[in-house]
Amino acid sequence: MKAFTIPTPVRYGINTALLILFLIAGNAITQSGLLGRAQNAIIIQVGFFIILAVSLNLVTGYLGQLPLGHAGFMAVGAYAGALFWRAHILPETLSIVVGLLLAGVVAALFGILIGVPALRLRGDYLAIITLGFGEIIRVVLTNLDSITYGARGLLNIPRHSSFLVVYICVIISCAVIHTLMKSRHGRAILSIRENEIAAESCGVKTTYYKVMAFAVSAFFAGIAGALFAGNLGILVPANFDFMTSINILMIVVLGGLGSMFGSVVAAAVLTFLPFVLQPLADYRMIIYSLMLIIVMIFKPSGLMGSYDFSLSRILEKVIGKALSLGRDKGGKNHGKA
Amino acid sequence: MLFVSQLINGLQLGSIYALVALGYSMVYGIIKLLNFAHGDIIMVGGYIALFTLTFGQHPLIAAALTVAGCTVLAIVIEKLAYTPLRFAPRLSLLITAIGVSILLQNLAQYFFSATGRSFPGHLLLPQGGIALGSVQVAYTSIITILTSLISMVILTILVRRTRLGKAMRAVSEDQDAARLMGINVNSVITFTFAVGAALAGIGALMYSVRYPLMFPTMGAMLGLKAFVAAVFGGIGSIPGAMLGGYAIGMLEVLVTAVGLSGWVDGVVFMVLICVLMVRPTGIMGRSIMEKV
Repeated sequence: MKAFTIPTPVRYGINTALLILFLIAGNAITQSGLLGRAQNAIIIQVGFFIILAVSLNLVTGYLGQLPLGHAGFMAVGAYAGALFWRAHILPETLSIVVGLLLAGVVAALFGILIGVPALRLRGDYLAIITLGFGEIIRVVLTNLDSITYGARGLLNIPRHSSFLVVYICVIISCAVIHTLMKSRHGRAILSIRENEIAAESCGVKTTYYKVMAFAVSAFFAGIAGALFAGNLGILVPANFDFMTSINILMIVVLGGLGSMFGSVVAAAVLTFLPFVLQPLADYRMIIYSLMLIIVMIFKPSGLMGSYDFSLSRILEKVIGKALSLGRDKGGKNHGKA
Repeated sequence: MLFVSQLINGLQLGSIYALVALGYSMVYGIIKLLNFAHGDIIMVGGYIALFTLTFGQHPLIAAALTVAGCTVLAIVIEKLAYTPLRFAPRLSLLITAIGVSILLQNLAQYFFSATGRSFPGHLLLPQGGIALGSVQVAYTSIITILTSLISMVILTILVRRTRLGKAMRAVSEDQDAARLMGINVNSVITFTFAVGAALAGIGALMYSVRYPLMFPTMGAMLGLKAFVAAVFGGIGSIPGAMLGGYAIGMLEVLVTAVGLSGWVDGVVFMVLICVLMVRPTGIMGRSIMEKV
């Protein structure tokens, strides 16, 4: 029996329709005042954690490297975006778009700057060097008092991170990384993870693809940083310390290395959980770290493994089953008659 | 004269880093794991010393309990968290180590609260100092430097001259071959963790005397810097870890003396990156051949 397949344009149609539906529903809920300020802030927070996790997953899950300085890229983007927004040189809508792009581009430049030397090293050394860069960025931001106001904090950042802006950014970052991974370049990145030497001997330009993955990852981390700034309205360098990088890594690992769906779910769950489990607030980090250890021991691939959610695939299965059932029934009736 | 006293100051800090860096280096040498929890073992050691001293114990008993506590903790962590992952991918092991580190920090925060406590250093080591010419040298500096030197000599003898040391070197060379030669690989690895943690316990005492403010995340930055020291000297190499420790300690003191105390952490990591660019395995590290 031939499996039922949904034609590609219809798939895109279904996905786009659902995304727009979510957008309208989400926008209506956040605008309606049904939720308090705190709840809205959590939803925004889920948004930029999704971007951070998905972008880190590109390097950790798909490329198989372990950078420990993701918060550094986030910091660069956050300060770039916030300083641009504070200058108020463009009309608001344009300013949001340009500010986000600027944040992404500056972070990506840092990604390349850090990536080119760092990627000459492998494995653990890469982890150390990215950790070092993350710390350096934080120290520099703390000491550039005249620009960043150092530890006192950068105040009065326009609050541009509305649900609409964050939602669009989440969709764009997920879509770009998803399509990247489905392309020729994505397969090159995966081949580096599986076996770097074999990939290189098959003609994959390993350094090029590593730097590319690094830059794309940094780009979206920068955008997430700008959204973070626009959500909070104030920035201090301590927001971007080593623990922030670890928190993002924790989301990616718990969700499943190399699973975008896992990253999204884990970002949402781990951001919501503290608010649901208010009474357990004291134990939150203890539970998280225990979870991290236990998951690593019993299911090293993360909760989702490399599973990726596809609505079309599920629909295909359901419709295919319904069709085959219908056919079977038809056949039996025919036989009786 | 100021220079000489800064030099001694740097040696003191460097000795502490060297002690901690040795733990990182030995564990990396034997199972290729960056033991992120090492810094937090020092934090636990610091709290053990704090409590035993405030309960009026003799300094030697407090020191012994601290070293013993760190060692037991490291063995427990190794057995519970790392042994099940012996044949897992390296990434899983590394993430587990990070998990253990966060767990220790947060358990400490839960039990000891996040607020800082001051460490009664005067109960552990004698105060005051002696005059060497026109330079006043504190007893704590002298004791720290001497203790770390003695510990390193003992460690070197242990690794170079004993059967167990030979087994350790064999396991770090080739685990499978060592197993075939009848070496109990698991117990050798546990022993390595224990030795590293014992050094960390001594480091914890010295560090608490020098920076007498205890808080649950105090081990994190110390751990990172000692780790930088280990990488700087060439991770997996014992003389390298000592050299790296002294170098980082000196560097830190000098940068502070020049008046850039806000930039210390940045400069340390910058130097690390520069060294890794030129010599990717550190100053004394062996270069690793990439094999198919």
